[in-house]
Amino acid sequence: MSDVMIEVDGLTKDYGSTRAVDHVSFTVSRGEVLGFLGPNGAGKSTTMKMLTCYLSPTDGRARVAGHDVFDESLAVRRRIGYLPEDTPIYRDMTVLEFLQFAAEMRGMSADQAAGRIHDVGARCGLSDVAGKEVRELSKGYRQRVGLAQAMLHDPDILILDEPTSGLDPNQIVEIRSLIKEIGREKTVILSTHILPEVQATCSRILIISGGKLVADGTPEALRAREKGGRYRVVVESNGVPKEAIRDRLASLGGVARVEPIGGEEGTHAFALDAAAAADLRKPIFRAAVDNRWTLLELLRESASLEDVFRNLTTGDVTSGDAGKGES
Amino acid sequence: MSPALVISRREIRTYFNSAVAYIVVTVFTVLTGYLFFTQLFVEKQADMRGFFNIMPLLFMFMVPAITMRLLADEKSTGTLELLITMPVRDWEVVVGKFLAAMALLCTAIGLTLVFALTVKGLGPLDRGPTIGGYLGLVLMGGAYVSIGVMASSLTRNSIVSFIVAFAISFGLYLMGRLTQFLPQSWQGLVAYLSIDGHFENIGRGVIDTRDLIYYFSVIGVGLLVATLSLESRRWK
Repeated sequence: MSDVMIEVDGLTKDYGSTRAVDHVSFTVSRGEVLGFLGPNGAGKSTTMKMLTCYLSPTDGRARVAGHDVFDESLAVRRRIGYLPEDTPIYRDMTVLEFLQFAAEMRGMSADQAAGRIHDVGARCGLSDVAGKEVRELSKGYRQRVGLAQAMLHDPDILILDEPTSGLDPNQIVEIRSLIKEIGREKTVILSTHILPEVQATCSRILIISGGKLVADGTPEALRAREKGGRYRVVVESNGVPKEAIRDRLASLGGVARVEPIGGEEGTHAFALDAAAAADLRKPIFRAAVDNRWTLLELLRESASLEDVFRNLTTGDVTSGDAGKGES
Repeated sequence: MSPALVISRREIRTYFNSAVAYIVVTVFTVLTGYLFFTQLFVEKQADMRGFFNIMPLLFMFMVPAITMRLLADEKSTGTLELLITMPVRDWEVVVGKFLAAMALLCTAIGLTLVFALTVKGLGPLDRGPTIGGYLGLVLMGGAYVSIGVMASSLTRNSIVSFIVAFAISFGLYLMGRLTQFLPQSWQGLVAYLSIDGHFENIGRGVIDTRDLIYYFSVIGVGLLVATLSLESRRWK
């Protein structure tokens, strides 16, 4: 893809002696919805705060819409819409007043502002609450006001920090489809620690852990990275000793580990871990036929994004492990 | 419209949406009115001197109350992040806040023109000292407001902000009263730092550039420190 909207190179942020973000590099193109995934405190928000010019990097560079976030921060801020974490909004203003304020801050004329507020308000479902004070709104509505504010000036880049936190399931679906729709023409970066969220909305995922980028790719590519997967095999016992079956399965090419698991009466159940991405279903079936086992169950569990996430974000990860995205 | 003006307009609206503006203006006019009319009826003296004399002390409490939440509140509720990631320079945020507090203070001061008119109705009004006094009030108010905005930029707690602003104003107020305890060579400098000494000078109807320079310097330094304090998030 061409048309690079965000270029991050070796971005680093120290808070005192703790390193919150550690040499993170990536690029984002127009029309991408990038999911920023990581456990709490991994450095997602800090990275976003640097991209939106709220904080300055300790080291490294970031260019947003072709402008450096440090040297040309006003130009950057004109091109982005930002929804900070926890959606801080002036509580004493009505929704309409707040959006008018945001429009004025963006230098819009009154006519322009009225038109945009109408459009964006309708898109975010705010028409009914325009006259209400922000303090009276539920979390879901406040989130929508924040989103409307971010979209008001029709920015090329939207940066959303946990856009669906605190919403009920219906609202989550609405906000996700809205983000997807925006993502068709614009560039969107959103952060979350909810996995189904990225699967549902993002075309690309960055996983960040302990301030370091540990994975970068499409959801499919990331799942494929988790090699092999798991198989569940259940065989009728028929007097065959468990050990014999286990040994036979373990001797199959491409099997990393066989582990007996609890099964029903009269059966032997095993969990197999594959060593490589190879499909083990055929060899397992052949082994069963050759040895005249009665195969009751054969199930391949492909690695879920949860596994990828858990493996990448729980300790034993080195920075060299950072996968490169293909886009 | 410039972002600073957009911000100050929003802030003024907040003052009048909440009770702050009404409380401040009411307390201020009632208090000064009480002082003015007791002087008028008890001492049978129709002049503005007593009214002006009390102002440096009154501002010390009133102005920090106006300014305490200007930036501290934005920090504690997180709206500062929203505001500052809009295309606005840090100094424009600070100036916007300053202008809003000045607008409220000037509203309160403006209402006391009633006293001047009362005096004028009862006898000859000393034109020079009255005009000078009001000009001095606005300048001195500016210095207090600037100190308040600065204090508000240093903390996320409004109460702390109030206390810091009060302490700094009080310190500058004390300067004028400390001179006799100091060595000769220091007296001039310390007396110059006094926040109300210059007000008295201007209040005599004599407008000296030294007095103007003092107030503009205090305003400038206060707003500069506030701006730097906002910017410090970037290099911390």
